[in-house]
Amino acid sequence: MLLIHCPYCDSNRPETEFRNAGAAHILRPSDPATTSDAEWAEFLYLRENPKGTIAERWRHVHGCGRFFNAIRDTVSDDFAVTYRAGEPRPGTTP
Amino acid sequence: MAKTLMAEPPKSKPRLPNDAIAWITAAPPLARFIFRGSPEAEAAAGSAYGLAFPKALNRAASIGERGKPGARVALRIGPDELLLIVPIAEGKAVQTALETATAAHPHSLVDISDRHTGFALEGPHAADLINAGCPLDLDERAFPVGMVTRTLLHKAEIVLWRMGPTLFRVEVWRSFAPYVEALLEEAAHDFL
Repeated sequence: MLLIHCPYCDSNRPETEFRNAGAAHILRPSDPATTSDAEWAEFLYLRENPKGTIAERWRHVHGCGRFFNAIRDTVSDDFAVTYRAGEPRPGTTP
Repeated sequence: MAKTLMAEPPKSKPRLPNDAIAWITAAPPLARFIFRGSPEAEAAAGSAYGLAFPKALNRAASIGERGKPGARVALRIGPDELLLIVPIAEGKAVQTALETATAAHPHSLVDISDRHTGFALEGPHAADLINAGCPLDLDERAFPVGMVTRTLLHKAEIVLWRMGPTLFRVEVWRSFAPYVEALLEEAAHDFL
């Protein structure tokens, strides 16, 4: 059983309580009316799918219900760190 | 129902070996609400409710005896989400009081009485029976008395509240209750 640390509950909880919610830190264009179709398509659909470290949104759906962000390795499935939604990705400047 | 998991608590001290596992006590009819709101709304609601809401996430507050007049339960199951449980006869009055007190603050108060049911699971092996379908660490150091959380029991979502070292309260959707009780009963066979 993979344990995931929920930054709101501040405890390690079984993975079955969580649900993946896609890539994190995707910024919606501030003015969609002037965004080109290509840029809009990139925002909607194009994701990196790296082999290695990825920042993802997760939701503690069968727990506190909150969305949070996690740094996960897509090869080993190891969660390096989890942090609250709205906080910058660790190791980067906002 | 198997002898090990009884619908009612034993009249006398549990006898060994069969009744020494755990027993289920159905809860009396209760009114339940989900309250969500800002800290200001929570403060206003708490004073109208007659019980200060627990501050910390996954903690419970309660006064009175379950189902008896004046009994109040507040379970913080999300950072801004509270499960409130009161006697069924006082449900309407509590709802009106909370709505009046929080009228000035954005909030939501949802009556979920018809959706939820609850039961108590008590006995020396109560934690073991829950752990048969729930991987949470239920050691008292990790899950102390007064802790409450939403979690999964097998495939059903439950709200699990530890009221005593060997006493748990399980809140579950009404249609899932027979499933949950049957699987707890199944788990009890391991201790026969």
